[in-house]
Amino acid sequence: MMLPLYGQELITDGQGLVAALGLGFGFGWFLERAGFGSARRLAAQFYLYDMTVLKVMFTAIVTAAVGLWALAAIGWLDLELVYLTPTSIGAQLLGGLLLGAGFIIGGYCPGTSVTAAATGSGDGALFAAGFAAGIALFAVGFPGLDRWASEASIGELTLPQVFGVSHGALVLALVIMAALMFLGAEWAERRFAHLRPARD
Amino acid sequence: MNPYLAGFGLGLVLLAAFLIMGRGLGATAAFGSLVAWLSGLAAPAWTAASPALKGYYAEPPWINWTFYLIVGAFAGSLVSAQLAHRIRWRIERGPHLGVGARLLLAFCGGASAAVGARLARVCTSGQALTGGSQLNAGSWIFMLSVFAGAYALAWFVRREWR
Repeated sequence: MMLPLYGQELITDGQGLVAALGLGFGFGWFLERAGFGSARRLAAQFYLYDMTVLKVMFTAIVTAAVGLWALAAIGWLDLELVYLTPTSIGAQLLGGLLLGAGFIIGGYCPGTSVTAAATGSGDGALFAAGFAAGIALFAVGFPGLDRWASEASIGELTLPQVFGVSHGALVLALVIMAALMFLGAEWAERRFAHLRPARD
Repeated sequence: MNPYLAGFGLGLVLLAAFLIMGRGLGATAAFGSLVAWLSGLAAPAWTAASPALKGYYAEPPWINWTFYLIVGAFAGSLVSAQLAHRIRWRIERGPHLGVGARLLLAFCGGASAAVGARLARVCTSGQALTGGSQLNAGSWIFMLSVFAGAYALAWFVRREWR
């Protein structure tokens, strides 16, 4: 049991910041390699002719989920020391809808807007600026909403707890679900290929 | 790059973040820290008391873990694009939309995404990835809502992209 390094006090705050630079580099690298510096590529997910977003996201989720489960199962990783965002059903439902709206209107999410801006995209830079402005707007304009989001929290809750199954069983279900989604995505790309703009 | 391969690489980076720091990837806190720092220059007392900003204000960019992550992501994107000769100055949009309108929509989309991210207490795709792989119930609700919101509006804004 020696992971996570920071939680086990095996690295310092300063070393953590250096690690963040390296992890960020990898994060940005793979976002860019996936083609996520392009708003039209990202938006295409929602017109079904290019399902890259879904494929990348769920491959990443499955990879990390299997890794977390396996390392915890063999006793190398203490999951208690891995931060889990508290669940707040109403706030996360409403927040997700607003973020989805922002995604299809603006063409990015915050992470991918940084990738786009770094590769010369003016619209990516404006999305990032809008995101910063939105945080300020939320702070100035909706203090009541902020309070509601905090108070609605029901604490840490995981899917294995919700469904009353073991961590391993839920990871297995996730792998099966992802495989079916990938089959669906490949089918959708063939089925809706005619929607792809000719210019691409 | 093959999307499954890119996803596998992204998943390994995410797993490494969990193993090193005990936390996942995200972008919102970097923006929050920057906004709170700027706000603090103009109105320190108000920023320190603001429920939405005081947490970020306590961690200015130069000691904020997520800020370093995003600086790294900027560099990683830049190097990757440079090596593949993909750096171009551009305003990406569909053929039926003007540059000004596209930039305005990008800004508004960013603002809407920020309000959503703050409400949900989780950053966006970073947290959908992070919380998603942790099997975090709230993160899965959030992720499904993101897809629902975007699919619901996609038809109305189709002229923006195609």
